[in-house]
Amino acid sequence: MQSDILRIYRSLHTWTGVIAGLALFIAFYAGALTMFKPTLDRWASPADTTVPTVEADRLPGLVRSVLAQHPEAGREFMLHLNPAENRPASLSWEVRHAAPGTEEHHHGGPAQRMLAGLDADDTLVVQSSRPSPMAELIDRLHQTAGIPGGDGHDLVGGYVMGVVSIFYVLALVSGLIIFLPVIARELFALRLGKSVKRFWRDAHSLIGITALPFHLVIGLTAIVFSLHDFFYAGLQQTVYGDKPLFSFSRPGPGGEARDPREMLPPQQLVENLAESAPEFRVTEMKYQNIFSEHARVWVMGEADGHMMRGGDFGFAILDPYSGAMISSDYLPGHQEGWVAAVTVFFGLHFGNFGGMTVQWVYFLLGIGGAFLFYSGNLLWIENRRRKEHTGTAFLANATVGVSWGSVAGVAAAMVVGKWLHGYVEDSAMLYLWTYYSVFLSAVAWSFYTGAARALPKLLWLCAVTVWAIPLTGLLAWLFPSLPAWVHLHPETLAVEFTALVIGTLFAVAAFGREGTLKRVKATRPI
Amino acid sequence: MKTPTPVRPDWITKTFAGAVLGLGLSYALVALFAWYGPGGIDAPNKVQFNMWAIAPLWLLFFSLVYLFATGWRALMWYGWANVLLWSFFLACHPAAKGA
Repeated sequence: MQSDILRIYRSLHTWTGVIAGLALFIAFYAGALTMFKPTLDRWASPADTTVPTVEADRLPGLVRSVLAQHPEAGREFMLHLNPAENRPASLSWEVRHAAPGTEEHHHGGPAQRMLAGLDADDTLVVQSSRPSPMAELIDRLHQTAGIPGGDGHDLVGGYVMGVVSIFYVLALVSGLIIFLPVIARELFALRLGKSVKRFWRDAHSLIGITALPFHLVIGLTAIVFSLHDFFYAGLQQTVYGDKPLFSFSRPGPGGEARDPREMLPPQQLVENLAESAPEFRVTEMKYQNIFSEHARVWVMGEADGHMMRGGDFGFAILDPYSGAMISSDYLPGHQEGWVAAVTVFFGLHFGNFGGMTVQWVYFLLGIGGAFLFYSGNLLWIENRRRKEHTGTAFLANATVGVSWGSVAGVAAAMVVGKWLHGYVEDSAMLYLWTYYSVFLSAVAWSFYTGAARALPKLLWLCAVTVWAIPLTGLLAWLFPSLPAWVHLHPETLAVEFTALVIGTLFAVAAFGREGTLKRVKATRPI
Repeated sequence: MKTPTPVRPDWITKTFAGAVLGLGLSYALVALFAWYGPGGIDAPNKVQFNMWAIAPLWLLFFSLVYLFATGWRALMWYGWANVLLWSFFLACHPAAKGA
């Protein structure tokens, strides 16, 4: 390869990487957490529900009672076939405060969820609850890197991340091009002894090249997730012209009113579906507009070994009265044609096709990605710090403050959310205030003292805030009267255990960093 | 012996060619695929696949644009490719629309 081409792509790699690196660090590490979103949601859900759950054969009675006393639930309600901490009742519906007609995609907003069940003598029990917004907020951090503005479908940070992802893919291709000439010689050479810089560069290349397919998939799908509205608008303008992109059958107003007592029992719908899709495990059923001709039930669930359209679920749409299949476009393993191909793109981004193993692989690849961007910034700093000071110091301070500030911010928010539960009306605000306070303080501290001095302190902050997660669990278990709570279920205890391990890794890193700092006596910027 | 022409960075022109003309190219390819590829324009749900195809094509053109020797050449190649593909598409298009 000509050296002039390599020089150009090296510049491209450096600058796209520097511009995108920090936002990608946050997106990757929050994305790694999002691999366990359902678990985190269970972990963060308060244990204050007293609504009795009902067996499958009593679900029709529950639905009838709810609709008789709360007809507003007929617009949309959910049946939860496997009640868990985050869906603690057999039936729930949401009360929205938004004005009618406005489309509200609340992301962790202060929605109120009504939970319903039947007691022993079939009396309806209804309790209002506020679902924990924590898991959703971590997902939003993943999608926006914490850049505020906009809401629901229209997040400013989401659009910014679309552009960041374009830089990211350019950085991936240019990184591959500059590494090609030396690939045979250097790929598995992890030179520990030579110099710290060498080691960081070897590790950066090793992770970047071995995980390249993952990164290309994530980068390209992230561009589409963030910017699909623009791409669709462009298609309409230039390609489809007068042809509509989507043929929605818009439910017209009115229509024949239907009596929900004539609906098929949920269990029968599940059994009918199991005949054609035996591997599909139904977890939830979402009923919509059940008084009207356009009544629908979304039967949602999972199927091992199949790509799924939702983050952790696929679904079929049925008519709850006749049981007729309205759409199997998104039923795992039963998808056909173009939609099956598109689901592959979704599944590859979400890592939802291989159970727990793939979840952990994606988790580690996500953490590896965060390391890739962190090490990339460090390399830029190392290369420049003798030649130029201002820009180098700025990026060093930003890298250390933003990266570890966001890690500590999430851990702190998770802990504060447990301790102050019940004292704060709007828990989404509590999570956001905690996250941004810690994050911005860390960034300010890093710029105030300089990256070299801030780094060990911020690593300690990460260790302490992450350790606070299992500590909170332990205290909540020992003293049940505390406001914090802990669910003694292996799946949610895995959160405490993982946090213990990660906090210890931070402590080790902080300890090592302090040693290095003492040796060099802060004569270097980092 | 002829030495290869040195490749100039030409950041602005090449980036423009990659970002704008590269996007135009990917839309042109998707347009042809959408109307004349498998299933034609009315295949159910194909629009989703078409939308998904834009970004990979675009980023392919975008990331390789810096291989051109000069920015001017990048503009010319991508520009003429756009003119060619779009005029081909528009030439075929009304007939397909009427059908």
